[in-house]
Amino acid sequence: MLESLKNKHIIFGLKKIIADTCFSLGRIKIMHVCGTHEQAISRYGLRALLPENLEVISGPGCPVCCTPAFDIDNLVTLSLEKNVLITCFGDMLKVMGSRISLSQAKARGAKVKIVYSILDAIEFAREHSDIQVVHSAIGFETTAPTTAAALLNNCPTNFSILCSHRLIPPAMDALLCQKDNRIDGFLAPGHVSVIIGGKAYAPLTNKYNRPIVVSGFEPADIFYSIYLIAKQIKENQPKVEIEYRRAVEWQPQKKAVSMLKKTFDIENSFWRGLGEIANSGFVLKNKFKDFDALHKFNLKKQVQDSVSFKNCLCAEVLKGKIYPNQCPSFAKTCKPQHPLGPCMVSYEGSCAIFYTYRGNKD
Amino acid sequence: MCLAVPLKIIKIEKKFAVARVGSLKRQINIEMLDNLKVGDYCLVHAGFAIQKVDIKAAKEMQDILSQIPNARKPKK
Repeated sequence: MLESLKNKHIIFGLKKIIADTCFSLGRIKIMHVCGTHEQAISRYGLRALLPENLEVISGPGCPVCCTPAFDIDNLVTLSLEKNVLITCFGDMLKVMGSRISLSQAKARGAKVKIVYSILDAIEFAREHSDIQVVHSAIGFETTAPTTAAALLNNCPTNFSILCSHRLIPPAMDALLCQKDNRIDGFLAPGHVSVIIGGKAYAPLTNKYNRPIVVSGFEPADIFYSIYLIAKQIKENQPKVEIEYRRAVEWQPQKKAVSMLKKTFDIENSFWRGLGEIANSGFVLKNKFKDFDALHKFNLKKQVQDSVSFKNCLCAEVLKGKIYPNQCPSFAKTCKPQHPLGPCMVSYEGSCAIFYTYRGNKD
Repeated sequence: MCLAVPLKIIKIEKKFAVARVGSLKRQINIEMLDNLKVGDYCLVHAGFAIQKVDIKAAKEMQDILSQIPNARKPKK
């Protein structure tokens, strides 16, 4: 059924109507905030098909890349100094903290286990009641409900999480309120929007008069969404539209949002590269403090901006100021095998994706 | 990270279901969704079904795309 979303004829048809729509317009810069969108754009070489006056740039769409060094430091401290076993998603392993990564901690004897789901981490904790297990709970609104659902069921007492879940709309707001942002529209992330609904972006369109289109992940999804943004700009009618209607509704996903509200409060949060963003972080409610590794192991909460790395322009990449290949270290001193910054580590990081598909014309 | 894959439900047992994509079968948590039936497709993220795929909306999108005038046939 989804074959037409990859059909070459349809893609070239969309290419033509995008070009026609943009013909009389000035320069247009569209930002997406989703690593999976960047994967599709780079993999299918979609940038090469866009008209010269339209660019699509990546923003802070990779949760691993946005996780500040401070959180990695806490995980490293737990694993090396408190004899805790850390469970995490695979791409967290190589991201540098201010001193070392979890992978380097593992080489020094730390116990670190990669899991696919928080459920796997809980099952492991149940089977090993003699050790403390801390799960690195990262991700945006797509992943946060899975953490909530897990905690709302009975978790073993030797299990806790280091909560690093973040919200996407406040980050979009933070980027749009920068005067030099030059962002003319957003491709909104499809699976974050499954949870929060299209409605969540309405305050942003009202405040900044920018089109926001929730897009799916196939090439035709992305091209049709770009066409809808260009059409809104041409007609000067910015609004929220949902292209990814097979999965996203205007209203939020009720049960998931109810689980989020029962489990988390929302506070200011630090983002790597973007600094502190108001109301952009999920923190565990007080009633879950026994499952909060910060409380359980008396760890510090972040109170200042995270460190930056020498010769690494990840911060500029995350803000959408430059493309990964405009960083002087890209593919020279910074490669997936030896990453300088987080965007080259995660398979959803813009730099790693650009590196993987660097043979494709962009 | 926010990757979600459409899987077909083949068996339901209370809060969990067995779902399939190709030859891969996996147990998934379905407590975020009501009224899920065997044969439904749902998006699965990190072991949880987060949304039922709306087949009608998918077909409507297919119709919209089929009406896009084809500018030219791509070079082979």
